[in-house]
Amino acid sequence: MNKLKLLTSAMAFSAAAGLSGGAFADPDEDQLTINGEIEIVTETAAPEHLEYVDTIYSGWRFRSDETQAVQMDDFDNPGMIFVEAAMETWDTVEGTEGKSCASCHNDVETMAGVRAVYPKYVEAAGEVRTLEHQINGCREERMGAEPYKYTSGDMVAMVGLISMVSRGLPVNVQIDGPAQSTWEKGKEIYYTRYGQLELSCANCHEDNYGNMIRADHLSQGQINGFPTYRLKNTKLNSVHARFKGCVRDTMAHTFKPGGPEFTALELYVASRGNGLSVEGPSVRN
Amino acid sequence: MELTRRNMLAISSGALVASGLGAIPAFAATAEDMIAEFTGGAAVGEGELSLTAPEIAENGNTVPIEVSAPGAVAVAIYADGNPTPAVATVKFGKLNPSNTVSTRIRLAGTQNVVAVAQMEDGSFQQASAAVKVTIGGCGG
Amino acid sequence: MAKGVKPRVKVPKSASAGEAITIKTLISHKMESGQRKDDDGNVIPRSIINRFTCDFNGENVIDVTLEPAISTNPYFQFDATVPEAGDFKFTWYDDDGSVYEETKSIAVG
Repeated sequence: MNKLKLLTSAMAFSAAAGLSGGAFADPDEDQLTINGEIEIVTETAAPEHLEYVDTIYSGWRFRSDETQAVQMDDFDNPGMIFVEAAMETWDTVEGTEGKSCASCHNDVETMAGVRAVYPKYVEAAGEVRTLEHQINGCREERMGAEPYKYTSGDMVAMVGLISMVSRGLPVNVQIDGPAQSTWEKGKEIYYTRYGQLELSCANCHEDNYGNMIRADHLSQGQINGFPTYRLKNTKLNSVHARFKGCVRDTMAHTFKPGGPEFTALELYVASRGNGLSVEGPSVRN
Repeated sequence: MELTRRNMLAISSGALVASGLGAIPAFAATAEDMIAEFTGGAAVGEGELSLTAPEIAENGNTVPIEVSAPGAVAVAIYADGNPTPAVATVKFGKLNPSNTVSTRIRLAGTQNVVAVAQMEDGSFQQASAAVKVTIGGCGG
Repeated sequence: MAKGVKPRVKVPKSASAGEAITIKTLISHKMESGQRKDDDGNVIPRSIINRFTCDFNGENVIDVTLEPAISTNPYFQFDATVPEAGDFKFTWYDDDGSVYEETKSIAVG
């Protein structure tokens, strides 16, 4: 397969060209069912706003059979270690108000569907907020507790727990109305080249998904599977931490996790996956 | 995939240790020494012992392997390119019907994984698998 | 006891007498290999689970010696024969002297 290769910095790709073909090409044909019961949509028609992509794929489809298998059973998925810890946190009273998450939200199952619509415009805040922002909003305003650091282990574990109860539901973030200006800002960031390598998100994840970047099989950069347990660092990784890693790899100064740029980018990237299933906590390389 | 020189360069550049297939891993002697110690220098044959590992591992941190050793009392697993080649030694008890075990291991680069089984009759069997370990182009 | 270490096992609730079942185990543990260095260049000392055993009613199923090449959060899947109702006992031994245990009962019917 040969997609557009309009890269000014194509060095990285050319080295990997020899590995393309065979098992290393388009997303594979595998189907994802978790625990033999949760059907995950890993391929569907692209949302209407996407101009250059017809079909969207979960990053799961770009991974090897061995990595894929780890996500197919919750017992095998080491991301669940962190989710289990968050389950205990859910019921733990913290802060000056004597409340736990469960005090207001009852069972975590009541959060089903929440992951699927974030980031979203929050009327009370007058801005687009991520799930992380909302968790810290609860902690500070309702619980009287210290906020989590944005990409901390406690935070990503809680996001993992809230994601888990939405698995199988379609990502469906709103891009119009009060969210539109933030979404457009995110889109602009997605198509802007950053860093000494002058790479935009689109250069890799739209123009070259399915190709190899050296030894790495490039996905569409979908975030429906976040948080993601990575074999590389053996922990759950948040969306903004992953964005930061990507931007850093272009040899650019990155934006701040939790800040307005990455929040806008998260809304835009999430919207590119509208229609895929929520998959987090997923497993990637 | 055919291993052309060009492919090998691509693989090597992406691997922690640039020892492709055919190259002599730097620590091979140590693994050999350990196997000799495990077998007491006895001859090592082949048999029903099998070792399953991916041909290409997406990350060397977590490589799934499965060893099946029917008729064995114990099996030792080595990674001949790791700084310390020993991986695990598994003894099978009376209530083990299949002598099959799966686990996840660390490989510090492209290398051979070797399983050596000690059979009930005191003989030894060996099986191995070559695993290419890649590192992504993106540190991310 | 090392922080955050928690054993997890998956065993069927029941089996027929003499049946072979599949068991999965996973323990959260960083498995510090002793090969890594910290930011100052000092070697981070080895700290791993060095042995894992599974017994059923006192009879051994599997006994594993782990080396630093076993991945973070050690995972094992293996089979066991269930001759009668009873208890599976799982034991993990930490370099720091800690011992982690888990027991799962299985019915025969």
